[in-house]
Amino acid sequence: MSQTANDSRPTLGERVRRWMAEDENLLDSEILSSVAEPTPRELRQMSPELFAAQEAAREERRQALIEEEGEFYARMHEWSQTRGMRVVNAVYRVLAVLVLVAVVFFLMNTVVALPPFGAADNPYNNEVSKRYIEQGIAETGAINFVCGMILDYRAFDTFGESTVLFVAACSVLLLLKLGEHKLGEKPSAAMLEAEWDDRHHEPKNDAVLQLAARVLTPIILLFGLYIILNGHLGPGGGFSGGAVMGAGLILYLNAFGFQKTERFFTYKTFRWVTFLALMTYAGLKSYSFFTGANHLESGIPLGTPGAILSSGFILPLNICVGFIVMCTMYAFYTLFRKGGM
Amino acid sequence: MHLQFVQNVPFFSIMLCMVSGIVSAMLPGRVAKWITAALAAVVAALNAWLTAFLMDYGQSYVYWMGHFPAPWGNELRAGLLEAVLAVGFSLIMLLSVLGGMRKMGEQVDGKKLNIVCVMLDLVLAAMMSMLYTNDLFTAYVFIEIMTLASCALIMSRQNGRTLVSAMRYMIMSLLGSGMTLIAITITYNLTGHLLMENIHESLAQLHASGEYTTPLTVITGLFFVGLGIKSALYPFHTWLPDAYGYSTPTASAVLSSIVSKAYIFLLIKIFYRVLGMELVRDNHALNLLFLFGVVGMIMGSVDAIFSHDLRRMVAFSSVAQIGYIYAGLGLGTTAGFAAAIYHMLMHACAKSALFISSSGLADASGDSKRFSDLRGAGFRYPAAGVCFTIGAMSLVGIPVLGGFISKLFLSDAAISRGGVHLWMMLLALALSTLLNVLYFMKTVVTLYRPPRDGFVAPQFQKSRLSAWAMWGFVALNLLVGLMAHPIFGAIRTGLTMFD
Repeated sequence: MSQTANDSRPTLGERVRRWMAEDENLLDSEILSSVAEPTPRELRQMSPELFAAQEAAREERRQALIEEEGEFYARMHEWSQTRGMRVVNAVYRVLAVLVLVAVVFFLMNTVVALPPFGAADNPYNNEVSKRYIEQGIAETGAINFVCGMILDYRAFDTFGESTVLFVAACSVLLLLKLGEHKLGEKPSAAMLEAEWDDRHHEPKNDAVLQLAARVLTPIILLFGLYIILNGHLGPGGGFSGGAVMGAGLILYLNAFGFQKTERFFTYKTFRWVTFLALMTYAGLKSYSFFTGANHLESGIPLGTPGAILSSGFILPLNICVGFIVMCTMYAFYTLFRKGGM
Repeated sequence: MHLQFVQNVPFFSIMLCMVSGIVSAMLPGRVAKWITAALAAVVAALNAWLTAFLMDYGQSYVYWMGHFPAPWGNELRAGLLEAVLAVGFSLIMLLSVLGGMRKMGEQVDGKKLNIVCVMLDLVLAAMMSMLYTNDLFTAYVFIEIMTLASCALIMSRQNGRTLVSAMRYMIMSLLGSGMTLIAITITYNLTGHLLMENIHESLAQLHASGEYTTPLTVITGLFFVGLGIKSALYPFHTWLPDAYGYSTPTASAVLSSIVSKAYIFLLIKIFYRVLGMELVRDNHALNLLFLFGVVGMIMGSVDAIFSHDLRRMVAFSSVAQIGYIYAGLGLGTTAGFAAAIYHMLMHACAKSALFISSSGLADASGDSKRFSDLRGAGFRYPAAGVCFTIGAMSLVGIPVLGGFISKLFLSDAAISRGGVHLWMMLLALALSTLLNVLYFMKTVVTLYRPPRDGFVAPQFQKSRLSAWAMWGFVALNLLVGLMAHPIFGAIRTGLTMFD
């Protein structure tokens, strides 16, 4: 009996051939062949009744085997869902903690081995920062060295950073933006749900908030604008000013809702402002990269350091960066809140 | 010294990509997708021009991004190696976009198609910047762009699986970015520079004087693990199969052949031009790299054998192929690096061909990726069948095609390296090739078998554009194999210019 069962089992070569031809998994065929045994030779020569009885007994045994196997798998499944899960989780947690402790240990060791913080002879106090500090004003026209550095010396990196914000806004748009709702068209179920969520979970017509927003929003927006425009003269610049302006817009939206905000800031505004700001940045800096690399005179007047209209392209670049940051912040907020502006 | 006009090409390619991305956001999808294709074609042509120029010029050059020289301003640096790879990758981008264009239109929400094109443009921009940048921080900025854009590409086809895999990819990838950023910070702290040459100089001094050994080891490890996670090196590859298996064909092709290669190239650049080979070798990081690569070569193939779905099989085979690249790097010799870079190019061509053609084959089998339905698909869609066969044969290593030559170069490099590396590499190559044959040839045979009984061939509309792109892929793969000597020569010359 066992002999015949072994004979019927396909050889490895046979199984590989079958796997190549029939799209069956190597493991699947293992299980199948152990269940389905063909009729042995001696049984075929018996009387039909006996054969049928034996066949029935075999069938019963086969069913029992299948049931047993099913039960086994059910138990395994049960175990993996309950105790197994707990064991794996426990091991996982212990290992995770151990790995993290090891990483923290190595990183702390590294930090300890680094040059002491703030020492005068640290490697980063070298000719690079020296030139930024000593000749920055003369070369870029910006009193704020940081602005001069990020928007003139290393303007390419900053263009990359602005593009990071643009990509981030676009990714969120791709993920969360619901379709536009035209007048007279039926809004989609997702839009209705978002609208309902918005009505029930967000503040509406809160008197305190509205009063505060009415007083604060103009101040915040003006202050943000001041930080942006003053970036080359004092602490600040596009990134920080843009963040302040974005916060102002979000405050206004929270107090007065989408309808009122959409009177002056819609999805279309967002797209155009971001587009124009990035294109202006790209255009201005392309001119300056191209002339710089080819050693041509750029002919950009640096103006008197300290005057508002000075330092070449830094002022317009700051404005561009500011608008990009503002739009990105506002877009994040509205997209996460309602999937649209 | 005045630059010739052609030397502006690195700057033009990066800026063109970024500007097209910005413009695409304002355009409808049906226009934006053609802009993406045109952009890839233009960038390929420009870089081919630069390659021709650099062949004569015989040395690399730096390109100021602005009016200030290097340690103060940003800088690009172009050599033969970068230019050749730029041509290859932008051609792959072109063919992937053309080949998956109709699928992309079907699978992506029509109003968001332009955003997907933005992402494709920016992936190309980031690729170009990582090839040409000479500044560690610029490289990091473009790592960020690439991470976000590739996440968006994965989830561009919005269903449950892609969202989950995009999330997993995001978490893993951000972990990698974070490690890279920490490494850059520590490097800056030790050297005070972000420009690659200057870092290299002062790190070499520190290494020679024996100072700061712990931070130096940690930097090497962080760069290696950070970029290894992002490029799906074997133990860190868990995000890969779902991310490549379920998104749109263009996204899969671009992710597998451009995004992961960009990180590998950056790692090569960092090892070669930032840390310096001596430091890396003394830290034993290369041996680790070699070990991970060898294990990946085999385990990736084993995973591929047990996958039931065509796209996932192709995705798992990426893990194995990335193992080859890392094993080549791990040899630590110039020959090993050159072989790894050639393998990178070859794998990019073959893998994007496989992804694009497998989506065509699935279309010809009633949108099924199961092997039993795929029987006879090669007859139903000849272009896809031939494209898949050529790609698979290239990866298996049939002579004349790229895979054969890169395996030859890899074993050649291992033989000249000698020692434990020799037999480990040869053994892994043999075993992995065997496993590759098993799953790739099985698929190819399946494609040309008569369909199973009762299978009704589905009605499907062939897109003429995809078919042309697939023939383009066939030509590209043949070209990479047949032109192996000039390409390999250019890589070798490029590597000497790299220092």
